[in-house]
Amino acid sequence: MAELESMRIAYGRALVQLGRENRDVVVLSADVANSDHSSMFADEFPDRFYNVGIAEQALVDVAAGLAYAGKIPFANTFAFLFATRALEMVRTHLCYGGANVKLMGAYAGLSDSFDGPTHHSITDVAIMRSLPNLTVVIPSDPVCLSVLLPQVAASPGPVFFRLNRNEVPVLFKDKKYAPEIGKGVVLREGRDVALIGAGLMVSRCLQAAEILQDQHGLNATVAEFHTVKPLDEVLVLELASQNGAIVTAEEHSVIGGLGGAVCEAVSARYPVPVERVGIADCFAESGPYAALLKAYRLEAEDIAEAALRAICGRTRSRKTGTHQGSQTT
Amino acid sequence: MHVHDDALVRDIARNAQKIRIDVLNMVYRAQTGHLGGALSVAEILACLYFHHLRVRPEELGWPERDRLLFSKGHACAALYSAMARRGFFPTEELATFRQLGSRLQGHPDRIKLPGIEMPAGPLGHGIAVGAGIALGLQRHAKPSAVTAPSAQASSARVYVVLGDGEINAGVVWEGAMTAAKYRLGSLTAILDCNGIQQTGATADVMPTEPIAAKWEAFGWHVQEVHGHNVREILDALDRADEVHARPSMIIARSTKGKGVSFMEYDHRWHGQPPNDAQYRQALAELEEGLKWLN
Repeated sequence: MAELESMRIAYGRALVQLGRENRDVVVLSADVANSDHSSMFADEFPDRFYNVGIAEQALVDVAAGLAYAGKIPFANTFAFLFATRALEMVRTHLCYGGANVKLMGAYAGLSDSFDGPTHHSITDVAIMRSLPNLTVVIPSDPVCLSVLLPQVAASPGPVFFRLNRNEVPVLFKDKKYAPEIGKGVVLREGRDVALIGAGLMVSRCLQAAEILQDQHGLNATVAEFHTVKPLDEVLVLELASQNGAIVTAEEHSVIGGLGGAVCEAVSARYPVPVERVGIADCFAESGPYAALLKAYRLEAEDIAEAALRAICGRTRSRKTGTHQGSQTT
Repeated sequence: MHVHDDALVRDIARNAQKIRIDVLNMVYRAQTGHLGGALSVAEILACLYFHHLRVRPEELGWPERDRLLFSKGHACAALYSAMARRGFFPTEELATFRQLGSRLQGHPDRIKLPGIEMPAGPLGHGIAVGAGIALGLQRHAKPSAVTAPSAQASSARVYVVLGDGEINAGVVWEGAMTAAKYRLGSLTAILDCNGIQQTGATADVMPTEPIAAKWEAFGWHVQEVHGHNVREILDALDRADEVHARPSMIIARSTKGKGVSFMEYDHRWHGQPPNDAQYRQALAELEEGLKWLN
C-alpha cells in the first residue's frame, strides 16, 4: 500500500511556493482558509490574501475584478459552492468575460464525508465542464498537485482545480512523472481494457488492474486523466482502439463528469463499451470517508467488476457484429 | 473641488440629449433593446465620458485609465452611444446594435468591444467586481525603476454605474461589505435611481428605501444628487474623489424614460421598442429638448 499524504497540506505548501515565485498571485477565501489550508498562504503573504467572508458570489466577482486589474487570483472555497452558488459569476466573468481566475474547489467528491450531502461535491465536474473556455483539472495525488499548480497559474485562462480534502495514496514519488495540463498519462500498459481515472480514483484503477491480472489473467491499461477539459481525445481514442473496452472511474456522479466526457469522445469516433464507475445519480450520506467510498461503489473491486462487464460487452457486440472497432470512416 | 463653468455644463447636457437620440434610434431600428433605463442614465454617462473619466480611446490598454463598470448592462445602448461619441469606435457602428456580427451585443461584451471593462447583463456584479479591480490597482503594483516604492500604487479610479432595481440582488451587498472592509477610497458608485424596474415601481416590487441610510450603514460615503442635473453630478464626482479610505456612493435621483413624455415613469418602456408613430413623437420631443439646450 502506498504511503498516504494530505492533499490539503500539499495544496497549502504548493500555494505558498507559487506565491514566492509569482508576485501577481493573490489568494481569496470565503472564510474557509483553515479548512482548505490556503491559510498557509495568508500566513506568509498577508498583504496578498483577501477574506471576503461567507459570500461565495462576491468571492468570484472580487476575484474577477482582481483579474481584470492584471492579478492572478486563486479563489478558494468548497467545490460545490463554486459550481452551484457562484455559478453565474463563474460563467459571466471567467468563461464569457475571460477573467483569469483560478477556482480552487476544495473538499470535492465525497471527501468532506462526515459533513454529508450538503457538503459533498458530486456534480461539479459536469457543471463546470459544460462551460465554454473553462479548464477542469483534478490532481490525483500530492505530487501531481504540486506539479500542476504552477501550470494552472501560468495557463492564460480560468481553471477549476478540484481538490480532495483527505489523505490520499502518493503515487508518483521518486518516479519519472511530468504531467501536463491537457494530456493524459498512461501509467500501466495493457491490452484487454483501459481504466481511465481522475483524482483519488487513479490509485484505485491501479489496484483494479492488479485484481484483474491476479484473479482473471487480464492485462489492463491504466491512464490518469487529471485534465477533464480539454479532454485528451487523442489518447482516449488510442486507448479505445488498443483495448476495445473502457472503464472510467471518478469520485463524482456517473452523469456528465469524466465518464461523460470519455463517452462523448468515443461515441463519435470509435465506439467501444464504456462502463462508468461513479456515484449513482443520488445524494450520498454522512459517514467515514472509506466507508462512503465502499458504500457508494468506488472501490478497486467495483472498477474491476466494471472492467469485466465492459470486456463482456465488447465480446457480445463482436459476436453480434455490432462492434464498431473497425471504423467505416 | 473644481468649479464647473457654464459652458462645460451646457456641453455635457447637450451630449446627454444626443445620447438619448442615439438610444431611441438604435432601439427603434433594431426593434429590440431597453429604452427607459438608457434614457435615465444619459447625464450620468455624459458627465463621466465627457469630463470626469480619465480614459484614452486611442490607447485602450493605458494602465492608468479610470475603469467604468456599467453594471446595469441592459441599458447599454446609452453606454455605446457615449463611447462612440467619446471616440472609442465610429458612431456609424451604433446602427449594428444587437445584430449578428456586431460588437455591440445585446449586453456589453468586454472581449468583442475593447473599452468595455466588464461584461454585464445579469444584474448585481458591478460593486463586487469594482471592489476587486480597486484592490488590484491599489496594492502590490509591480516595482518599477522609475517609481519610488510609495508611488507604486496606481492612481486609476474605479466607477460603477448601477440601477436601483439592481440593488435587489444580494451580491451587491456582499460587494459593498468587501469594499468597506478594504477601505477602497478609489471606488465610486453612481446609482441611477429612477424608481422603476421591469414590472413596476421599485417601491412595490422590492422596497429598498431608505437607500442612502443603507449604504451609510454599510460603511460608504453617500451623496444624493438630482440625476439629470449635470452640475450636481459633476460636483458629486469630484467630492467622491476626495473621500479617502471609504468607497463612495452617489445616489442620482432620476426619471425612467427621461425626455419622452409618454415613456417617463412608465415601467412598460423598460424593454419595449417604439412603433413608427411612437418613434416619430419621441424623436420630435428629444430634438426639441436639444434645441432648448443650444
